[in-house]
Formats: sequence, C-alpha cells, structure tokens
Amino acid sequence: MNFAVLQFPASNCDQDALHVVRNVLGQSGRFVWHKENSLAGMDAVIIPGGFSYGDYLRTGAIARFSPIMQAVREFAAKGGPVLGVCNGFQILCEAGLLPGALIRNRSLQFRCEPVFLKTATRQSPFTHKIPDAQILRLPIAHGEGCYFADDATLDQLAREDRILWQYSDAGGQLTEAANPNGSLRNIAGLCNQARNVAGLMPHPERASEAILGSADGRLIFESLLSWLQTQAAKAA
Amino acid sequence: MTEPAITPELVQQHNLTPEEFEKIKGVLGREPSYTELGIFSVMWSEHCSYKNTRPLLKTFPTKSPRILVGAGEENAGIVDIGDGLAIAFKIESHNHPSAVEPFQGAATGVGGIIRDIFTMGARPVCAVNSLRFGPIEAGGNSAHNRRLFAGVVSGIAHYGNCFGIPTIAGEVYFDPSYEGNPLVNAFCLGVLRHEQIARGAAKGAGNPVFYVGPATGRDGLAGAAFASRDLTEETASKQRGAVQVGDPFMEKLVCEACLELLATDAVAGIQDMGAAGLTCSTCETAARAGTGIEIELSLVPQRAPDMTPYEIMLSESQERMLIIVRAGREDEVKRIFDKWDLPWARIGQVTDTGRMIVKHHGAVVADIPAKKLADEAPVYQRESSQPAYLKAVREFSLASVPVSGDPVADLRQLMAWPDLASKNWVYRQYDHTVRDGSVVCPGSDAAVIRLKADSLPPGKADGAVVEKCIALTVDCNAAYVYLDPYEGAKIAVAEAARNLACAGAVPLGTTDNLNFANPHNPESFWQLKESVRGLAEACRFFNAPVTGGNCSLYNQSPNGPIDPTPTVAMVGLIEKPEHITTQWFKDEGDAVILLGGAIDGQDPMRGLGGSAWLQCVRRMKTGAPPRCDLETERGLHNALRGFIACGLIKSAHDCSEGGLAAALAESCISRQIARNTPRLIGAQVDLSFAAGESTRLDALLFGEAQSRVIISVAPHDAVKVVERAKILGLSAAKIGVVGGGELTIKAGAWEGKWPLAELHDLWWNAIARAMDL
Amino acid sequence: MKAKIIVTPKKAVLDPQGKTVQNALEQMGYKGIGAVHVGKYLEIELPGAEAEIWRKPIDEACLRILSNPVIEDYRFVIE
Repeated sequence: MNFAVLQFPASNCDQDALHVVRNVLGQSGRFVWHKENSLAGMDAVIIPGGFSYGDYLRTGAIARFSPIMQAVREFAAKGGPVLGVCNGFQILCEAGLLPGALIRNRSLQFRCEPVFLKTATRQSPFTHKIPDAQILRLPIAHGEGCYFADDATLDQLAREDRILWQYSDAGGQLTEAANPNGSLRNIAGLCNQARNVAGLMPHPERASEAILGSADGRLIFESLLSWLQTQAAKAA
Repeated sequence: MTEPAITPELVQQHNLTPEEFEKIKGVLGREPSYTELGIFSVMWSEHCSYKNTRPLLKTFPTKSPRILVGAGEENAGIVDIGDGLAIAFKIESHNHPSAVEPFQGAATGVGGIIRDIFTMGARPVCAVNSLRFGPIEAGGNSAHNRRLFAGVVSGIAHYGNCFGIPTIAGEVYFDPSYEGNPLVNAFCLGVLRHEQIARGAAKGAGNPVFYVGPATGRDGLAGAAFASRDLTEETASKQRGAVQVGDPFMEKLVCEACLELLATDAVAGIQDMGAAGLTCSTCETAARAGTGIEIELSLVPQRAPDMTPYEIMLSESQERMLIIVRAGREDEVKRIFDKWDLPWARIGQVTDTGRMIVKHHGAVVADIPAKKLADEAPVYQRESSQPAYLKAVREFSLASVPVSGDPVADLRQLMAWPDLASKNWVYRQYDHTVRDGSVVCPGSDAAVIRLKADSLPPGKADGAVVEKCIALTVDCNAAYVYLDPYEGAKIAVAEAARNLACAGAVPLGTTDNLNFANPHNPESFWQLKESVRGLAEACRFFNAPVTGGNCSLYNQSPNGPIDPTPTVAMVGLIEKPEHITTQWFKDEGDAVILLGGAIDGQDPMRGLGGSAWLQCVRRMKTGAPPRCDLETERGLHNALRGFIACGLIKSAHDCSEGGLAAALAESCISRQIARNTPRLIGAQVDLSFAAGESTRLDALLFGEAQSRVIISVAPHDAVKVVERAKILGLSAAKIGVVGGGELTIKAGAWEGKWPLAELHDLWWNAIARAMDL
Repeated sequence: MKAKIIVTPKKAVLDPQGKTVQNALEQMGYKGIGAVHVGKYLEIELPGAEAEIWRKPIDEACLRILSNPVIEDYRFVIE
C-alpha cells in the first residue's frame, strides 16, 4: 500500500510517520510537499504533527489553505482514508473535514507525557483491530490539544459513534485527572460521518516500537492497513 | 550620514581599554572608524575572543582517536561513533539575556546552539539544558525567581518543540547566588556521516558569499558586549533592546534548506550568524581559510529603515546563515531557498587579500586584516588569589553540626527540596519524544537516544545505516565547586561519567560551559583556574576529551558573584540496545547491592560537606566537599559496564545529592508509566554492616561519598556480582531486597520507614507546588 | 488606512488564559473586576482612503482565515 505523508513548512513529525510506514509496517510511502496538488496513486494519507507555519495565527489555520489540501478533500470525498495526528488533527478541523476545534491546553502549558486511551468504538478503519478492552498507552506532546465543539456537535458525535479514543486512566475510566488538556468529554480522537477521516492528538507513530516504550500505536496503523487490504480485495 | 567621532569615552563605552585601543590602531595602522570600533569591540569581547580564558582553555585535553573536529577549530566539535557516522555537539550559555527577558533569552539560546550544530553539516537530533535560578520557595525574592524559571522553561520549550527536536535531559538547581543572574546553558547534538562535515572557512577567492535567512533588524545590538559586562540595573535597562527575538519556525526552514544545500556539494563554507552576527561570521570564515572577504551592506536584507553600517554589522537578528558558494553553483542556492520560501541575497565575495572589507553603497566603512581580528585579540593572564571564604570552609568541622534528630523527616524534606525533587514540572513542557529516537526519556540518570537512518542529513549516501545508541547527561554540583573549585569540578566530570556508566555507556567526549564571575576579581579568577584544572584532569582520566564549549564570565549582580559553575555535558556510546539500563528497581525479590563504600572514613566531613542534607536540613553551605578518587571511580564504571554487558544488571542509579537514602528512594519511586501513573516498588535495606559506634547515622544515610552506585540484580546473581566486584577491587555489599509498598532502611538499632505513595507525592509534586504560589 | 480587527474567544469556549489573567489582577488588588477574555488584535495596512471597498474583503478574510468561527467571534473597523 502507498502512504502519502504530507509535509508543510515546519511539520516535524513527518519523518517519524514515514519511518513507521516503511520500517515498521513495511509499506511504501513518500513525502508529499504542500505545494503539490495530486495524490494520484496513493492509498492513504497521513497528516503528521508539528508546528506547521509556526502555529502562527492559529494552529493549522494557514496549512489548511495549502494547495495539497484540495487534493486531500477530493481524496476523502472518494472514500480514501486520511489520518491526522496532532497538528494534522488541527489542520483537519480547521479545514472543516472534522468538526470542532483544538484550543490551548487548560493548564496553558505544553504537555508531553504518555497517556492512557480508551478505544470508544471498534467500528472504524482505524480501530477495528484493537483488541477488546485493551487500553492503549501513547505519548502526547502538544500545547493546543483541548478538543472543543458545541453541545449539539458533541451529542451528534456520541450518537453516531464517531468518538474513537478518549483519555482514560489505566483501568479505562474517563476521569478528569486522566484528561491532560481539558478536552470536552475526554475526547482524544474522532472521525467524520463517512468514517474515513480521523484525527487524534496522541502520537501513534511514536509508540509503534517496543524500544520506544510502547508499541500500542501500531494497532492503529495495522487497523488501517488491514482495512485497506480488505477494500483492495473487494475491489479486485 | 556621519559616524560619531572616536573619543576615549566612546572607546570605554565599547568595553575596550585604552591599551586595547592602541592595539587596534597598531593592527590597522591608523585610527578605526566608528564601524570598525564596533567590530573590534564585539570580536575582542570576552564572549567572542575568550581573552581572559584562552591560556586556561589550552590546558584541556582535546584529542582522542575519535575526534574528527576538535575544540577551537570550528563551531562545534565532531566525534566518530563508528560505521562512518559521527556526532556534533556543544553547549552554550545565554545567561544575561535570560535575566532581562527570560522567555526570549532562553529561546534564542536554544536557537543559537541548534545553528552551531547544523552549520557543521549535522542534523540536530536532541537538546539538553542546565538551568540555575534563585530559590523558588516562598520568601525573599522568590516570586521574581519563579517568574524567571517559568519564563526560561517555556522559552526553551517554545523553541525546541516548534523546531522539532526532543529536549531529552537536563538539570535544574536553585541557590541564592543565582538571584539576579540565572544560568541558562543549552546543549544540542546532531548526526552526520564523516563525509558530510561542513567547515566555516571562506575558501576559494572569487567564490560568492550568500546571506540566507530572515532580514536583519536592530535586535540584539552588541549582545556579545552585553554578555561581557556585570549585570546591574543600569546595564539591564540599557540592554532591553539587546534581547533577540527567536523564530523557531524560521530556524526549522533554514536548517532544512541548509542541509539540502550541503547535500548538493555547492557549498565551500558555511557559518551561522550568532554572537556578533555578520561581523563574526565574515571575519572568522576568512581567517580560517586564510583568505579575505568583501561584502556590500546595501545588499543585506534589512527589515528596519535606515540601518547604519554599524548596526548591520553588529545586529544579532536570529536564524541567519553565511554561505560561501562555489562559483558557478549559485543557482542551487536560489532553487533551494526559493523552495523553502526563504530570503537570500548575494552580498559579496571571497578575495585573496586576507582583509575583511565592508562597503556601504560603495564606500568602504571597514577594512581590517581578518586573521588579526579573529585570532589576535589580546590575551590576559589575570591575577588569581585564593578566596578568603575558603579558610572557614576548610576549618569547618562536622562536630559543629548537630546530629539529625529525625532522619525519616529529613529524607522527606530532602525529597521535597526543589534541588533534589523530580523535575517533571520542567520536562513535561518539553517535547521529549519527537523524532522517534527517545529510548530513555528524562527521569533516569542519563538519557538515551537511538540514531537511525533519518537522523542523518540528506545526502547521496546509500547503504544501510548502522543504528547507534547514544547516552547523554549534564552535571555540575556548584556547591561543591564553590567549596573546593578543583575537587568540585573533578566531581562534575566524574559524576557525568558515572551517570553514563549507569546507562551502560562509555564516554566519548565532553563539552563544558564555564559560568563564572568577573575575571578581574582575583578570587573569581582563582575559582575559574582551579575549576579548569579539575575539569582537565578528570576529562583526561576518563578519556572524554573536551570537544568545545563556552565561557560565560561576568556572572554577578549587585548581590554578588554566582557560585562557580562549570557545567559539564558528556556524551557516551552504548554498544548494544540490550545494554541500555535505567535507574528504577524492576521486580519484587531482586537483590539491592551497593557498589562502593558506605562511608568514606578518610573524609573528616564523612560526605556531609557541601551536601544536600547540610544545605536543606541544617541550612549551611560549608565544609570541604567529598573527595573523588579517580582510579576508584574509573574502576567502578568499568566494572558496572562489564556487569551490564553480561546481562546482570536490572537497574543502576548513582549516589549523588542526598546520599544513599535519596538514591534508594529514587530507585523505588522514579518509574513513571503514564500520566498520574507511577510504578512504585519498595525495598528493605539493611546498612547495619556500616553502622558502627562512631558512625553518624545522618552521614551514613545522607553523606555524599563519591564513586558509589546502587544496583539491583536478579536474586540468584547477587552473590556472583558482589564476589566479582570485590575481585575487581571495589567495595561491594548486598544491602537489601526489592519489594513491598515501603522503603525501609535499618542501621543497627535504628529503622526508618517511608510509605512510597507519600514519598512519591512529595518528590513528584514539589516544584509544581512551589510554582503554584 | 488600516483594518483593525479584534478576534475574541466565543463566550461558550473555555478561556483559561482569561481566567488566569483575572486571578492575577485580583491578586494584585484590582477588586471587583469581572471576567477577562484574552483575544487577538490584528492590523492590516490598506492602500488608498476608501474604507467602504475593503469592508467585504476584510469580512470574508475574517471568516475564512483570520478567525475560526467554531471558537471565535470577530469585529473590525477600517480607518
């Protein structure tokens, strides 16, 4: 499978995402520069973390207008899977491909630490291979990770089973203490209505190899890969 | 536009002595122009020329078979790590600017050191820092100290996180001597192949000189000269314009663009514009190559109106690079810098005259022999005299210190003391996992990163990259250095090497940041001289040559001088990933072994001189610090590495501040699984074997005798490890067992018990609580 | 001529910066103040002197990029 890893000026988790695609998943992948305008031949798109455009104005606000984002829009409209991690999640929200917005952490400080995530639904290309009841341990590293949406949107997300991951304690309880940034309903990641576009603040690409402390993030990538392979088999 | 006349007052304002002015006239064969005066004043400041310290710095060991670029040659030293790979690293200070504007002062300090690394052709892959402030707990000036502390940490976080580099290790200390003069020492390490080493030399007469990066403004004017003066109310307020503002986003783009350009082979020389900006970079590159350089200032991109030649030459606007391009390859610069949307300008060329010629709209405003400017600053042999306070320190006797009345309470107090407490309040603000290389994050004795293919800069390179594991630490117990500069500096190096050994690493090289007070004060200079003597001896002994570093003098405020603080950052190589070792106990039932002696019977202070216990519990900073026997220390490190290589060591933690008790406590409580989720594991320890009639309990528990490590091993390996250690000439004893929810320490009839949850809370949250005040 | 734009967080959105500033003011002795909201001020230099022709483009820019309507409100003057 061919993975596109988008690169904006000052994306800085792009190398990590490509490393996981090539060296952990054994798939092919390449960087796609923000000035390009085609995703032809790509099977999946990863929008990696970083501080695109310095996070100036608002995080993700300038990146969403890059030429490549039009291609991402079309790719997603045709059902192609798009995974936004951290800054990538912020860009997807600014671009309107996901609802809500990410604002400054409640503590007003950048927060880097491993957190526990409860997988709220396994009905998605990004979560279907995560074993039942397994709590994931993934690192976060962000200053603006507090998820906000109005009540109507939050209710809709819940109703449509579109919340993918929530911050929890080791036992899966959605406590306030477990919430590192103030996100409403402890939301760490969610997907769109068509379930092919997802965003999350924690970094699965930093937790795909045991040597780095946790390989739980790999389950997310393997879910995506498995889904892609199933889709390809169906099409054949 | 007319430049001001050169008067004696003007010379003095530029921090030049009448003798130095005469020397300048000698170099030029005439009086200098105003712009030339400015140029000399920054190039011959202590910060740029090391005029007060060069004779001392020459005593450092700087060679080893692994050194590819040594101290003093270029912007950073480079060390071979095998298989065609090398690392570039260095530490630098930004003390005075951080006192005035902590956020930007610290941020631009990080920016500066990152540039020093990629200017060598290396891809920056991690950062480390060492910070010192006045006390932050309630009382006195603590509110101001908290403000500086918070500002510095968030400035470092802002720059490092946005640039995209993990800040992976550090140290933070609080002491009254740093009030009004905080220390911010920033370190960076980068990776490259041997053939990718880039030099800051202006080679090839006729080669064009390019400026790349954002436009020049009036920021940081004469920052180098500011760093070379005592920090008073007056100098601080005049320098409000001296603090540069950093843009990490811009730096990331400049870094990627420069590394891409270097891969094309179109570059003849490259240097960052750091302290003294355009001045330093032009004259140093010419001096190194033995060539001359000519630039036209009207071609320099400017963002402030009507900048004078003086201002353009001395500006310290950030994120700018000087690149000497091979004639005919100019298009590569345009192509790459346009791709990254970065400003660039051709501003001059390399000549063969040996002179640095600066023109402004065609008129010559400076014409100086480059080598003399860069290399022939005056050198001073300052007077030194032993400080008067040392007499009392040496005469201080342990008998005058009341024995601890409550060692259990003392340990709780120590663990909650900001100097000793967990620094997680700091490092959780730093991204320490970006780049997928952080194997051991902040929280253990040494950090460990793995280097892989994408740690390298882009290049035509092919062939698999052999992955490497690098350990890093930064250390300096400045209280020890204050109380005995030679011994304290030796210990700073020994402790760094010990921390690396605990992680399973062999030292490769050292970079030092010498933070001292006014060198014209003979007592301060004596501290500097003695510290350098200790550093040099220990670095030589551990085969960890100094690859480069930084001197920051004039660190004193109206309150007085800072404690002499020779910060030591050391880098080591771990042979195999299986050898990577961390400091926390692992499994119930494991045996706890002390490598090294429980008490140093030769030390009249029994390890309490300058100790955390004496400072924190008895509120005294005195007494001769513990001695470090380098042979014993090296024997310990070698033995430890040997045990690690045999797979015998489950955890290793060195004994430093707080002695045995603190090291044991940390081994029980320092493992953090995730947010709010520590993995606490107790230990039952018996020190009775060392508790004699005449042994002070507080010395046994909290004494800071050197050359000691607490290790834990599988139960069936305990006897073997102790025996082998003794055969190797080390003291060794099994002192306990891992397990349970408490730390208990017995010593003869006495027993102390500490429930882990409570101890952890005190230690983990101490700084957060102080900062909430 | 300049467009002077003020972007503020929507009332419904948690504003921890605003809360922090409010606490700080109260601690400094400014009693009886109400809530504090921290926003952004932008100035865009515009050519000419005809404010009216710029009203629609600036409004559009505010909606498209200068503010995020999910979490922010904006207002501006051109003078």
